[in-house]
Amino acid sequence: MTERNALGRVVTLAVFAGALAFPFLASGYRLYQGAQVLIDVIALLGLNLLTGFNGQISLGHGAFFAIGAYGAAILVVKLGLPYWLAIPIASAVCFGAGFLFGFPALRFGGLYLALATFALAVATPQLLSYNGFNAFTGGSQGLTLTRPGAPFGLLLSGDQWLYLFCLLWTAALYWAATNLVRGRVGRALIAIRDQPIAAESMGVNAALYKTTCFGVSALYAGVAGGLSAIVVGFVSPESFGLPLSLSFLVGIVVGGLASLGGALFGALFIEFVPNLAAQLSVNFGESAMALPGAIYGVLLILVMAVMPTGVAGAMRAALGFVRRNFAA
Amino acid sequence: MSEFLHQLASGLALGGVYAILALALVMIYQATQLVNFAQGEMAMFSTYFAWKLMDSGWPYWRAFAATVVVSFFGGLIIERVVVRPFAKAPVLASIIVFIGLVLIFNALAGWLYGYSIQEFESPFSGRPWFGNVYMSAHESGAVVVSLCVLALVYGFFRFTPLGLAMRAAAQNPTSSRLVGIRVGWMLAIGWGLAAAIGAVAGMMAAPIVYLDPNMMGGVLLYAFAGAVLGGIDNPFGAAFGGFAVGVLENLVGAYVVGDEVKLSVALAIIVGVLVWRPSGLFGRRLVARV
Repeated sequence: MTERNALGRVVTLAVFAGALAFPFLASGYRLYQGAQVLIDVIALLGLNLLTGFNGQISLGHGAFFAIGAYGAAILVVKLGLPYWLAIPIASAVCFGAGFLFGFPALRFGGLYLALATFALAVATPQLLSYNGFNAFTGGSQGLTLTRPGAPFGLLLSGDQWLYLFCLLWTAALYWAATNLVRGRVGRALIAIRDQPIAAESMGVNAALYKTTCFGVSALYAGVAGGLSAIVVGFVSPESFGLPLSLSFLVGIVVGGLASLGGALFGALFIEFVPNLAAQLSVNFGESAMALPGAIYGVLLILVMAVMPTGVAGAMRAALGFVRRNFAA
Repeated sequence: MSEFLHQLASGLALGGVYAILALALVMIYQATQLVNFAQGEMAMFSTYFAWKLMDSGWPYWRAFAATVVVSFFGGLIIERVVVRPFAKAPVLASIIVFIGLVLIFNALAGWLYGYSIQEFESPFSGRPWFGNVYMSAHESGAVVVSLCVLALVYGFFRFTPLGLAMRAAAQNPTSSRLVGIRVGWMLAIGWGLAAAIGAVAGMMAAPIVYLDPNMMGGVLLYAFAGAVLGGIDNPFGAAFGGFAVGVLENLVGAYVVGDEVKLSVALAIIVGVLVWRPSGLFGRRLVARV
């Protein structure tokens, strides 16, 4: 194991230790926000596998997030399944949906894929509130779930348990993503992104990798959506529109394209900037509603211009600088 | 039957708006092989500008003309300041920058003009034209304005030296530069023109969809669908596609899926065309050199 790898592991473990300690230090709304950050981390990991590593842009990941959320909500509310079983099932459905969307996506170049997923993002709220599905989706009213408490008689509050439940999923999916990216599959994904023709002539089955990558990415979004339905206790069509999809894009760009650790920065960012704006709007009135959009927009352009590798890349560069200049 | 004709006619009116917005998209696509996702929000912002002018007492057509001119320069400046630095960046970076512009314009409009829905005046009011019972005066006017814009754009590119230079710059930048065309400026002017056309689209759409910061989301999506349907590298195709999508959207919305899921018609058109005929109805089939 090289020195660099060792350092990375130490940092990762420290972050997880901190995340594990968090529910015993904070409570109430902070804990709820913590769970939201973890959910965003999962969604961003998924989108980053697709966009950052495989180079397929998606402006419509909110749609897969919505399938996960609605899937979990329907399984729990309408079919009476336990929530911990609903999430894997809903995310498997998401994998299928992503895989199927990945097929036409094969034929789209980068730009067309952006167009198609943009259309998906814009159309999602309308489809969710479609009257024909009212019996399942509750129409524009949405569905309400009861928040589960801690199982096995654990001495945890509901908030603490849900946070830890999200952390468990986050840790497992982060571990899965790092292994996926480091191995043969990750190299194939990156090769397809950078040199599609060379990759194919090396025997990489680009079509299979790309569709599967779309499916896995949708699965991540689905898990995040399912967790969000359970943590928030409510799903409604309007929360899964274009703004959600775009905030995921903002998250991976700010955190760092093709950086798994960057997902944490991205998630913190997209969770707390709107929060900040909501607090400011108490003082500044309605015009503060414009703040998240303005900050997102300016940052998207600035990050692409100044540090295309995002916060994670900037930190890596800073670390490298320190090591080169100050290490013995 | 009269209900059907009515739906058809109002489809044509919005179709005209989609057609000119699709034309604006195609203009930028031809020069840069990129689709400007911010086209709709830029048009929305221009429309707010016109609304503000009229609110302060300007007559409609003067506000209209001022808005078109200001939008032209606005588009030009955006190209020079924001888009130019990414000219050589990968597609992904450009798309992210466009999304950034979308968010900025949306936020700016909300901040400057508020999020409440506003009425937007139409210059064509009163009795329906030519005894046409199927279209309101504004709808007829919007169709006429759209056709005028299409004719003007055609005339500009076909008959003026500047239009010729712009076509040359889009088709073969290297050779154009060698014969003395300032390719960079042609691109900037293209962005300006697209923004000006978008402003017209916004002002024609606003009396129908009402004015608010999110008004162009759906309109832009239909314009995308129109451009893809007609062939994204073909201005005539895009204009035809825009009208076709307007009519289709209205008819399918009224008779097949219901009004409340109309946006998925655009999704279906985009995905369907890209799967079965990626070059659109009139587009050139692209063959890439390996």
